[in-house]
Amino acid sequence: MNPILECYGLTKSYNKMYNALHNLNLTLDRGQIIGLLGPNGSGKTTFIKLLNDVLIPTQGEIRINGMTPGVETKKIVSYLPERTYLDETMKVKDIIQYFSDFYDNFSDERAYQMLDDLQIDTNARLKTLSKGTKEKVQLILVMSRDADLYVLDEPIGGVDPAARDYILSTILNNYNEKAAILISTHLIQDIENILDRVLFIKQGQLVLNATVDEIRTEQGKSVDALFREVFRC
Amino acid sequence: MPWDLDNNRPIYIQIMERIQLDIISGVYKPGDRLPSVRELALQAAVNPNTMQKALSELERSGIVYSKRTSGRLITEDESMLNHLKTELAEEHIHVFLEKMDKLGFSKEEILALTQEQLKEAK
Repeated sequence: MNPILECYGLTKSYNKMYNALHNLNLTLDRGQIIGLLGPNGSGKTTFIKLLNDVLIPTQGEIRINGMTPGVETKKIVSYLPERTYLDETMKVKDIIQYFSDFYDNFSDERAYQMLDDLQIDTNARLKTLSKGTKEKVQLILVMSRDADLYVLDEPIGGVDPAARDYILSTILNNYNEKAAILISTHLIQDIENILDRVLFIKQGQLVLNATVDEIRTEQGKSVDALFREVFRC
Repeated sequence: MPWDLDNNRPIYIQIMERIQLDIISGVYKPGDRLPSVRELALQAAVNPNTMQKALSELERSGIVYSKRTSGRLITEDESMLNHLKTELAEEHIHVFLEKMDKLGFSKEEILALTQEQLKEAK
């Protein structure tokens, strides 16, 4: 099958002096769970926004399933942004309905199952929920779609360790060979075991693209330890 | 419960070790069917491709074999299982001997101490 994601010379500058991303070249195959790792301000979120057509590249190209980001790619990319865009006055069940209307590949059944597993009241309005519970709801929405590419920007930052385990097993459960899952996070140790591959981004450039076991075999250390070394302050 | 894996060694090797141990200790019996890759990956909380790699390596070593319709089965070759058991025991003993050496014990002292402990254990 064709790669799910290709980037050629991808560059984004917010002003003439400074490139948030600089000449990034990358191909990702399907059937992988990929960690997008880098310190604050390294360009992770810029990259993710470019994939989702929230930002336009200054230079270079992106292909998702062979297409430039736009309406068609949004049908097959399920995106969890770092900040919510949902109407906080809506009830959880109404948001489910909203997503179900919006996306062909959304499974109500999967969403309600996960809400039930995490004991989230579907009659509650979003604004009455705690920060962590809101995050869980958003992740459930994103993972309830049958997408080709899942892009998760910091999905586990605000949730407790038990829910974190549940989320990781949800991601594993959802794994299939035709889809890829791209996860940006700082909680490397928590997700290291479920990743195939990690990408290190440093000052807008890709400095490492390797599998977790390649890193462990060649360096004799965990991805977490390598990260601390590469990005030592 | 996710499997207890350590941080610096390749994950697939640790998975292989864990499954080998489960076979030797009788969690899986000769001829038993192993759970699917997906089930095992969820159980261990590891990436399915990593689990797949570990199982392929185990298959290559002969300790498990695949049958077209019924997944992966544990070998019924007793001599192979015994061989694996001895191998694992030797590994543990090597680690033990290295540590004792670091503590400054001679071979004779190690033997004497071990015999003493074995007597007490009985």
